[in-house]
Amino acid sequence: MSEIPARLSEIPARLSEIPARLSEINVAGPRGAELFPMDAGRTPEAVEPPIIEVRALTRRFGGFVAVDRVSFSVGRGEVFGLIGANGAGKSTIVRMLTTLLPVSAGGATVAGYDLVRQPGEVRKHIGYVPQLMSADGDLTARENLLLSARLYGIPLREVRARIGDALASMELAPFADRLVKGFSGGMIRRLEIAQGLLHRPAILFLDEPTVGLDPAARHAVLDRLAALGRETRTTILVTSHYMEEIDALCERIGVLRQGALVAVGTPGALKARVGPAATLDDVFTALAGEEAGPGEEEAFRDARLARRAARSHG
Amino acid sequence: MPVSPVAPPARMGERAASVYLYAEQVFGVCAAEVQKLTHDPFELFTRAVQPVIWLLLFGEAMARVRGLASGGMSYIDFISAGILTQSVLFVAIFYGIAAIWERDLGILHRYLVSPAPRSALVIGKALSAGIRGLSQAVVVYVLAGMLAVAISLRPLHLVLMVVFIIAGAALFATFSLIVACIVKTRERFMGIGQVVTMPLFFASNAIYPLTIMPAWLRAVARLNPLTYEVDAVRALMLRGGASSYGIGTDFSVLAAVFAVLVAIAARLYGRMGS
Repeated sequence: MSEIPARLSEIPARLSEIPARLSEINVAGPRGAELFPMDAGRTPEAVEPPIIEVRALTRRFGGFVAVDRVSFSVGRGEVFGLIGANGAGKSTIVRMLTTLLPVSAGGATVAGYDLVRQPGEVRKHIGYVPQLMSADGDLTARENLLLSARLYGIPLREVRARIGDALASMELAPFADRLVKGFSGGMIRRLEIAQGLLHRPAILFLDEPTVGLDPAARHAVLDRLAALGRETRTTILVTSHYMEEIDALCERIGVLRQGALVAVGTPGALKARVGPAATLDDVFTALAGEEAGPGEEEAFRDARLARRAARSHG
Repeated sequence: MPVSPVAPPARMGERAASVYLYAEQVFGVCAAEVQKLTHDPFELFTRAVQPVIWLLLFGEAMARVRGLASGGMSYIDFISAGILTQSVLFVAIFYGIAAIWERDLGILHRYLVSPAPRSALVIGKALSAGIRGLSQAVVVYVLAGMLAVAISLRPLHLVLMVVFIIAGAALFATFSLIVACIVKTRERFMGIGQVVTMPLFFASNAIYPLTIMPAWLRAVARLNPLTYEVDAVRALMLRGGASSYGIGTDFSVLAAVFAVLVAIAARLYGRMGS
């Protein structure tokens, strides 16, 4: 009886060594660099300072390293995707960058402010659409947006017009005064995106925005996000399990494997690296690898969250 | 860089603008809670059952026991103020459940990623408990009127009554939020809620005067914020009612305790999202 927990507790320790070694290969080893260059296909307009700069960001839960010295940067107006298996650390990175979860080590500059020292300033300039619900089902769509307007201090004379615009752009105007608990999953997601954008943030974070949605609803959400990227210069950081979505939406992608960033590049560059005629699914299989092993609470948490989000939106 | 969403209007000083923004954030949180009540007021009706039972069953029966009345007032007069306070307490004390519910759903995150100071969020939620408390007060006033309790309807008394009900409800709602932030699950909260509520209620002057208590219990009751709430409510609700400590003292005690609780709750609430 006493042996089993002892052995179980060794597993995360050993697992966490693997990404550490992988990332060493990336940086140091010439062969590794060829396989997974950290900044393949970097957009040339990087002269402008990046709007998100993540530096050796680390998060530990007890002895388990959920995010291991992750570094990357995102240019202004870019759509950046994070992919990885359950428990690879996608949501943990997003929760740290949105100030919800304290950082264990490392840091980041988000929208020009230091994540650790100026969380209040960071919050003013970001929007966040979490994996779980962020719209209140007991309020109408308009009331939800009004709450956001007040929390962000949107000038009174602009509130009406902005809420009207937000409802129209997310194709929710006919349902503005209905209670959100009667909405479909796709409508709720679009309302949450409207909430996240109402204060015109520089960056919008979306954590699994299409989980639990049927294909039609998923298309509607992606369509709105793509339009957002075209019409405004809002930077988007999105996580997803759906490779075809990420492929269609993102200009660059970061691949996470057990808490470490193992590759960054354009979808084309990443696919070319894996082989001719490779799809992003192949990239995922080659680089992101298998799901996190047993004993990793993060993987369980992720799976539970995804199921619950699916239930509440579906 | 997009225009800062919280740019202060040009004419206002920066300080005035930030005070205004803080008030708007508090109001926004509170208004959303009140909107929910207007969509589904069912809860207000079910909540109203409890004071009815206490006043009609407990109050009417105990009114026949001599020796309980305090300061020459009839027992039904005495207890109606206690029941009013109790129903406000019960509405407020389960407020933490809503916070846990919002955390489980994910709604909490929308509050925590917003630039609103955590204290503004906590105060907004607490004030909305006050609004619920007011609806309870209306029920108790009507019921007490029917039982021929000597209710004071002087405008000053009514206005102060509103202040004390909101203050009391906000205080206990914030206390409840602190408990919720610590225990984090609904099951544990329900257990703690029971353990905390009854002693708060019985170790106060709500249903019997402090004078009949043993010395140790009286000492506990003097430290119980509910005692000061009841003291003020009793003075303001009844014709010829008098406060033992003075309305000013009552309010000062409640305000000071509330301020401390808000400071604690703001710290804990911010961490509830991680």
